[in-house]
Amino acid sequence: MAESLAPSVDRPSTRRPAGRAAAGQGGLAGWLLLLPAAVLLAAFTHYPAVATFLHSLYSTPRGSRPAHFVGLDNYQAMIQDPVFWQSLWNNAVYALGTIPAAIALALVMALWVNGRIRGRGLLRLAYFTPTVLPMIAVANIWLFFYTPDYGLIDQVGHLFGAGAHNWLGSRSTALACLMVVTVWKEAGFFMIFYLAALQQIAPVLGEAAAIEGAGRWYFFRRVTFPLLMPTTLFVLVNAVINAFRVVDHVVVMTRGGPDNATELLLFYIYEVAFKFWDTAYGATLTMVLLAILAAVALGQFLYFDKRVHYR
Amino acid sequence: MRDRLTRLLGTALVAGGLALGAGAARAETSLEFYYPVAVGGPITKIVDGMVADFEKGHPDIKVKPIYAGSYQDTITKVLTAIKGGDVPQLSVILSVDMFTLIDEDAIVPYESLVKTEADKAWLKGFYPAFMENSQTGGKTWGIPFQRSTVVMYWNKEAFKEAGLDPETPPQTWDELVAFGKKLTKKDASGNVTRWGVQIPSSGFPYWLFQALTTQNDVRLMNGDGTETHFDDPKVVEALQYWVDLSRKWQIHAPGIVEWGTTPKDFFEGKTAIMWTTTGNLTNVRKNAPFPFGVAMLPEHARRGTPTGGGNFYIFKKSTPEQKAAALTFIEWMTSPERAAQWGIETGYVAVSPAAWETPEMKAYVKDFPPAAVARDQLQYAFAELSTHDNQRVTKALNDGLQAALTGAKTPAEAMKDSQAEAKRILRAYQ
Repeated sequence: MAESLAPSVDRPSTRRPAGRAAAGQGGLAGWLLLLPAAVLLAAFTHYPAVATFLHSLYSTPRGSRPAHFVGLDNYQAMIQDPVFWQSLWNNAVYALGTIPAAIALALVMALWVNGRIRGRGLLRLAYFTPTVLPMIAVANIWLFFYTPDYGLIDQVGHLFGAGAHNWLGSRSTALACLMVVTVWKEAGFFMIFYLAALQQIAPVLGEAAAIEGAGRWYFFRRVTFPLLMPTTLFVLVNAVINAFRVVDHVVVMTRGGPDNATELLLFYIYEVAFKFWDTAYGATLTMVLLAILAAVALGQFLYFDKRVHYR
Repeated sequence: MRDRLTRLLGTALVAGGLALGAGAARAETSLEFYYPVAVGGPITKIVDGMVADFEKGHPDIKVKPIYAGSYQDTITKVLTAIKGGDVPQLSVILSVDMFTLIDEDAIVPYESLVKTEADKAWLKGFYPAFMENSQTGGKTWGIPFQRSTVVMYWNKEAFKEAGLDPETPPQTWDELVAFGKKLTKKDASGNVTRWGVQIPSSGFPYWLFQALTTQNDVRLMNGDGTETHFDDPKVVEALQYWVDLSRKWQIHAPGIVEWGTTPKDFFEGKTAIMWTTTGNLTNVRKNAPFPFGVAMLPEHARRGTPTGGGNFYIFKKSTPEQKAAALTFIEWMTSPERAAQWGIETGYVAVSPAAWETPEMKAYVKDFPPAAVARDQLQYAFAELSTHDNQRVTKALNDGLQAALTGAKTPAEAMKDSQAEAKRILRAYQ
């Protein structure tokens, strides 16, 4: 059973021709089997995306004034909106800062708890705990870590003679503080995937390498890491999506402040759509987010698919 | 399988029939009432208790109170419900969202509902300061319910330690600076261990800033909500004072100070004076480990504070019977006895002078005099910043304030930018 399943799961590239052949023979049955998933996907993913695009071409209806067609006016307004550019820039910094750090940390932690050490189970649990906590709770905990003077971070700082620092209240440190929370929260989650992948690697490889006299770093670089590439791709896709999708900590910790220093794109969309009630402009911003995510996902699959070894 | 289906259908039909029958049998008006919770304490229990008391006296009206989250959640739910067609009949929402609700064509003015002389007298019974945010264009759109102002709390122990009279809080801007200098404490290596004063600036800095502008005798907007005065020299001067507290006088923590942790800073002795809402009174009374005082904010050109908090609104899509029933309910909830009960149990300012004349309220104030400070300050209060497209205009001001407080812009530059942005947003409403 496992033998026959393995190829189709592990090699997505071979699936397509097989699917096409099946469609030719039992087309109707195939479509019927797909129908429930297709209906759900169309109703909750494709239709909203198209509707959002259409909304972005109309003005926002207010009370007795109905929406009317405005063409690309909303997009023009967006280009002139400094807060939009600021949020886009913040999001880019945020993504570039959190994704590599979270993945690297996850890999290091996975390698560490994969080894034979005492208290391994406890250590794994400790690393995974941040993932289990809801982001809202995490953000509230960190809010007090960052509190000037008597917060945990400043108290540790006091031991080394540092003064109080207003971490979330300065433009220069606020975004970095949110990034630390994100890395802390996500690394444990990604670690689980790496740990699972590491346990799939046959021990004979390590033994063979040891006989050949390969060092640990060489073994990691030439054997372990390439074998982990499918996991890395999966984790990377998830990390990128999360970088644009999770803004709970912004809501709790800074609400986009000080002076838009921590305004992320999705949080700005929320503000525009549900605080300012400018739904048309909200739809316009959403289209940008959609375009970014589509481009990133497409790029990742096209680029990495060629470089990832599926066993 | 088939059998089970028939049975299931049968049950559904019977249940449906029962529901219909129940609806037809009672000739009562039912109301859905959304309310937010914005301060600590068992608010839902208090509201449920008051509604139960109301229903006892009004068997023909059924009120279903629905806790709707924060103020922001509540207006989001209400406006989404309006767009979806399933609307509650009344709700408590921020008084400053009045223009937003009018622009969405969601609410009705109370003048269209009041009929008897008693109704009209009731409508005139509230503090005028609270009505400023409830009326526009000669009509009343909201009824004050859970309202607050900004007050000053001070740590008497810290005052004593600094050689100040623990019973005398600073009365003017200059005194605040002079006291603050004495109260600010540094350790041997020059790190500040206690600040003189703390005015929170996260989330909604405009509200606390409005205390400073009101004290400098300048209004931030016109009564129609179509114009703002952010770049007025007096506004800039007020912001300069706030910035100077940390920059020039160094008696206030630099950068943005978190609203949520400010009471904790006060309890921990990290600040000797804090400005925050009267709604925190019960919290401070319970948690401050030292004797504290509550005072009106210091004056400059005059005394002043903005009002804050939530009003009752009645929604347009209700039937005439529901609107009349909603009015009856709101009149009952804001009657002197109930307003007094609500104020005592929550810490909000009771909304009418008559409420302060009830025996319960008099006894409460006698036992705990700080409760009356907010009331006495009301005569100096201005309406909270409220315009068309309110939250967006507010953000324009908040961004400017935070830019100035973090040193990214000078107060004059920041207010000029905020004013330009507000003007651009309000162009559509001229």
